[in-house]
Amino acid sequence: MDTAAGVEARLPIRSDMDLVWVRQHVRHAAAKLGFSLVDQTKLVTAASELARNTLVHGGGGQMETAQVTTGGNGGLRLTFSDSGPGIPDLDRALSDGYTSGGGLGMGLGGARRLVHDFTVETVPGSGTSVRVTSWVSRPPRLREDV
Amino acid sequence: MSEAFSRPAAGQVPVLRLGNVLPVTLPGDLHDGMAHRLRQDLSEAVVRGGVTGVVIDISGVEIVDSFLGRVLAELAAQAGLPAARTVVAGMRPAVAITLVELGLTLPGLRTAPTTEAALELLGRTAAPPRAGRGREGSP
Repeated sequence: MDTAAGVEARLPIRSDMDLVWVRQHVRHAAAKLGFSLVDQTKLVTAASELARNTLVHGGGGQMETAQVTTGGNGGLRLTFSDSGPGIPDLDRALSDGYTSGGGLGMGLGGARRLVHDFTVETVPGSGTSVRVTSWVSRPPRLREDV
Repeated sequence: MSEAFSRPAAGQVPVLRLGNVLPVTLPGDLHDGMAHRLRQDLSEAVVRGGVTGVVIDISGVEIVDSFLGRVLAELAAQAGLPAARTVVAGMRPAVAITLVELGLTLPGLRTAPTTEAALELLGRTAAPPRAGRGREGSP
């Protein structure tokens, strides 16, 4: 595999222009790994939501991208981290319609629906890390929702 | 270090005028500052009067996240005040599919497959105010 070269990266999230670079990088990396157009769009949209959270709520931070493999199936993992105030009530933050930033309140919960794996680690007062992974072809999994 | 130098006019979305309609083409990757600026420019153009419709072509837009969704919804609500209608044209299928999963419904937003279809929609639904005054040729 020689794809790691254009996939692995660490990008700063300090301004709204950085959100543009984050989206472009995720788009290129996902295309390189063979994601379909719809799956690329979902992942880039999720990345945009999460990067904006990092910027607006976390006071800035970074995104790391990594190529991951399981059972011969390739995927892209994105980790957004900040040293902001943390998320005091995670369940509430993940529910639709909840917003503390004047948005539509779809950011975190919406991003979770657009990826295959989603984990949040948040420590009040010291920061938040959101890690999402999507697979090139979705691994078999029960759809509990819908 | 002037602000004008770091933010050239190239980073601005032009608001055109075609008769009574303002057609706007969003660039592929709109950053937040450009979106805020566009909202202001459009609102000023609508306030100047004589505008019956706004067409926002997003055929070049690769993703609509909740921020851009909110901007579009606000543009529509804003343009709705002085009897102008907003139509969002050319949303890519992948973008539409993603919006549904994201959970954004964008209530009140009219859509059309192309800008041409959007212009037709505006022409059909909005009564053209005082046609035949040479409005098409010059403002």
